[in-house]
Amino acid sequence: MNDALNDLGEYIASKAGEHVTSWEISLGELMVTTSRESLLRLMKLVRDDANCLFKVLIDVTAADYPAREERFEVVYNLLSLSHNQRIRIKVPADEQAPVPSMVQLFSSAGWFEREVWDMFGIFFTDHPDLRRMLTDYGFEGHPLRKDFPLTGYVEVRYDDEQKRVVYEPVKLTQDFRSFDFMSPWEGAKYILPGDEKAEDSAEKAD
Amino acid sequence: MAETDIKNLTMNFGPQHPAAHGVLRLVVEMDGEIVERCDPHIGLLHRGTEKLIEYKTYLQAVPYFDRLDYVSPMCQEHAFALAVEKLAGIDVPIRGQYIRVMFSEITRILNHIMNISAFALDVGAMTPLLWGFEEREKLMEFYERVSGARLHAAYFRPGGVHRDLPAGLLEDIVKFCDEFPKIIDDVESLLTENRIFRQRTVDVGIVTKDDALDWGFSGPMLRGSGVPWDLRKSQPYDVYGRMDFDIPVGKTGDCFDRYLVRVEEMRQSLRIIMQCVEEMPAGPVRTQDNKIAPPLRGEMKQSMEALIHHFKLYTEGYRVPEGETYTAVEAPKGEFGVYVVADGTNKPYRCKIRAPGFAFLQATDFLSKGHMLADMVAIVGSMDIVFGEIDR
Repeated sequence: MNDALNDLGEYIASKAGEHVTSWEISLGELMVTTSRESLLRLMKLVRDDANCLFKVLIDVTAADYPAREERFEVVYNLLSLSHNQRIRIKVPADEQAPVPSMVQLFSSAGWFEREVWDMFGIFFTDHPDLRRMLTDYGFEGHPLRKDFPLTGYVEVRYDDEQKRVVYEPVKLTQDFRSFDFMSPWEGAKYILPGDEKAEDSAEKAD
Repeated sequence: MAETDIKNLTMNFGPQHPAAHGVLRLVVEMDGEIVERCDPHIGLLHRGTEKLIEYKTYLQAVPYFDRLDYVSPMCQEHAFALAVEKLAGIDVPIRGQYIRVMFSEITRILNHIMNISAFALDVGAMTPLLWGFEEREKLMEFYERVSGARLHAAYFRPGGVHRDLPAGLLEDIVKFCDEFPKIIDDVESLLTENRIFRQRTVDVGIVTKDDALDWGFSGPMLRGSGVPWDLRKSQPYDVYGRMDFDIPVGKTGDCFDRYLVRVEEMRQSLRIIMQCVEEMPAGPVRTQDNKIAPPLRGEMKQSMEALIHHFKLYTEGYRVPEGETYTAVEAPKGEFGVYVVADGTNKPYRCKIRAPGFAFLQATDFLSKGHMLADMVAIVGSMDIVFGEIDR
């Protein structure tokens, strides 16, 4: 299984040339990284080439890595029924630079990309209908970004006097608790509360 | 005669409609009774599951998977459990794998009963619903006996299953398997040869092979179009590789074929369940690695180490090494996958849930164009839509 995957990775890398930035196999899954400019060409290649035939676009998603220069990573999962293989294609992206839409190659990309736009705010060019997908009508912000709070910004309730649903800023009766699981024995890189003087006294003792 | 302008009618369907399968809202543009364009508005059941999972430990994330497609809970736990096992390199004992396969198939029957009877109700047949739900109740009793909950089981966990089967459960499952084919026959006698049912479903919502692939279909939607593709056969997980079963495929890819595929899948599921019962090995049901699965209750009364393990697992949870995976299972509705990115902490960094229904619903516009409004209801019914998984 892994040999075939290795061959496939090498084949795609040689066939696509500069369109593939890097590729690797981890946990028995093939991952190919490319750039926004090359994405369309690479997708067309893996869809139509006789050794690939990744005809089904299973999923389009993204992940947010705020520390990186280009904070997002758009992830395409494809499936080849003829060769019984899967491939994952990854493209770096950020808030400004748009990613080409895959709708012209795969009809299923339409909603998947709408969802990524909704959840992350990554823009897709040439998308026929890039509206919000899962969030409320008139929602602001992109919930799956790491800087979006888990509780959101607004909450809704039915106002009996106005006879309609009203939006209000979120009020938490209890602060959202985020526990710190870093064990001091496993090298927590910060000073524990109450331990501020520990280091000084340790130095003095020396 | 004076010329009259005929305008297209824009009609709102749902979200509170019995045939909307939950909270589907369709904005339909119609020319008389013919659907010209159909724009599904979804997200009315959006709960932000993916965001919530990022803030929960791996074990705490499991119950969220029950609440996605609440008609087939255990299959989705299965996908998540397999993904975490892959990332953390956990081996599941063979008995645990058998139990998981058996309950996945029970879940498949559970789901197909729901779909077939609700679909029949959509196109005007009431009785299958009443008969089917009685059987579902029996299956949910199996759920309850094994996990304590009828629906939201949280039974499949990374590392195996939560508890061993209670005494006498296997005998009752065998009894169910003996009786259930009769019920399938009864339901079929009401629907398969029924003139009204056939008029409503045959040649309605045809999907060709290429269209099905283009729209990312899977499961019965894909097999109904004649593509023999089933992850249980092609990329077997757990002990599916040892099971002997057939994959039914349709010929034309219309609503009726999808119904027939589901009926046959229920019979095949019974075969798998019977094989599991016959071959059920003895042994542990979850991994013996106490860094992943909690120790036995009795052990905790004696052993300090077991107590520490228990405490650590239910407060901090376990850490999963860095990596990412897309793991899919053949859920009753189609390919259900999770894309998990682990960053070495005790919480997933990103968990994307790939729901089969999302891809089906997307094709509503393409499928119902040119059909009557009533046919659109049949199409939506045959797609097996559950909003828990689509809106997530």
